[in-house]
Amino acid sequence: MRDVAVIGTGMTKFGELWGRSIKDIFVEAAQNAIEDAGVDHIDSLYVGSMSPGLFVGQEHLGAVLADYLGVNPIPATRVESACASGGAAFRQAFLEVASGASDIVLAGGVEKMTDGADVTDVLATAADQEYEVYHGITFPGLYAMIAKAHMHQYGTTREQMAAVAVKNHRNGAKHPNAQFRSEVTLEQVIGSTMVADPLRLLDCSPVSDGAAAVVVASLDVAKKLNKSFAKVIASAQSSDTIALHNRESLTTLKSVVNAAQKAYKMANIKPTDVNLVEVHDCFTIAEIVVSEDLGFFEKGKGGEAVVKGLTAIECGRIPINTSGGLKAKGHPVGATGIAQIIELYEQLTAKAGPRQAKNARIGMAQNMGGSGASCVIHILEAQ
Amino acid sequence: MITARYHREIPQRYRLEAGKCVKCGGVHFPPRRICPKCKGKAFETVRLSDEGRLVTFTVVRVASDKFSKQTPFAVGIVELNDGVRVTTQIADVEVDKLEVGQKVKLVFRRIQEDGKAGILCYGYKAILA
Repeated sequence: MRDVAVIGTGMTKFGELWGRSIKDIFVEAAQNAIEDAGVDHIDSLYVGSMSPGLFVGQEHLGAVLADYLGVNPIPATRVESACASGGAAFRQAFLEVASGASDIVLAGGVEKMTDGADVTDVLATAADQEYEVYHGITFPGLYAMIAKAHMHQYGTTREQMAAVAVKNHRNGAKHPNAQFRSEVTLEQVIGSTMVADPLRLLDCSPVSDGAAAVVVASLDVAKKLNKSFAKVIASAQSSDTIALHNRESLTTLKSVVNAAQKAYKMANIKPTDVNLVEVHDCFTIAEIVVSEDLGFFEKGKGGEAVVKGLTAIECGRIPINTSGGLKAKGHPVGATGIAQIIELYEQLTAKAGPRQAKNARIGMAQNMGGSGASCVIHILEAQ
Repeated sequence: MITARYHREIPQRYRLEAGKCVKCGGVHFPPRRICPKCKGKAFETVRLSDEGRLVTFTVVRVASDKFSKQTPFAVGIVELNDGVRVTTQIADVEVDKLEVGQKVKLVFRRIQEDGKAGILCYGYKAILA
């Protein structure tokens, strides 16, 4: 396989973009990424989107977006892996360039969630429709059951989960495109409305509109363009049972463990070599569980690590979600996996401004779908 | 829910019928065509135990439109005595007094109403044993 690099990025503001369409926001992000990369064409495009059919009544999204981006007749394909759609789209672009089939590929992600759909119902399609959702469970409900099990097994506390939201809002306040550029206190999180016990409103990532795009290219192309880039040193994906109740453990996400093992092996590194990580904090408990399953903390110690500040940007052992994460930056589902790559790119090319982590050489992005039935992990290295 | 889709699930939902792998003995609910443990393809139909314990649970306070009239309601994962786990509502309880580990029993109940097809959908719910 050939070496592959991320050479340009673009994203819209994340939030309630009521005045704008799914086409409009995708084209803005994609156009910015292409201009940023400084390339005169792209060979193909992949777009991650979980459910444009249910959210805005539009399928065949690859063709729609290629048309409005003005890049016909290149191949354009939508990639779907629930909330990991963006990560999966990036992986397809990576593989296409690594294989030698194309030199320059755009990987984007988009979701338009505020156009009036029953969002709770649409998101639940990422779980087992007939044996989970049939009984009324919601996504906050599924992660609440993981939280309850983690609290029961390891003594993880209400305060530890709240500390994840506090940290991510602190980081998100420094992100120009974040949905929430405001800090929250521990008391505000613990006092917010109950959604699915023990998870409260401020434990949950928001409903968002937004788009993100990156341009990936062969290392040869990247070097010729004479601009800053980050090399992709690992791409891994894993699956697990669709229903949470069929897992051997409710407190370990096996797809995350498995994808991480493959990614570390491909990059030939250990967890201690990673300088920062963007994780899929769709709910506060998810960040805690994933930080353990990626090997950064011992099982059951992820909550304590947040409270001790080990995951903060400043003086952190392993800064987690310097972008504000899904929690504060926002979670337009299909765009999330791409936005994580953009944060790594900015950190590794020293463009993250007030969010800049020290010694950012190796960054990891962990994107997952459903209650962990899909997980996509990428590792990028500064050049 | 489309009537055909509901109808074909009746054996599982009404009678708790599962598939037992002839090769390795693994019991799968709902029945499958391939055993994920040993890749076996032959199964016999068995009826699941209707008793078990609560492994984890939540109280859904914000639901999808279809379930919004039922909130708050408890949903949990129940491990039945034969080791099979199912996701189910826990009915007839004070939701704030539930605890992990409680013994429960599955009973036949109405689960949801479907506006479009106009059918009532039944299945299992757990009650405290």
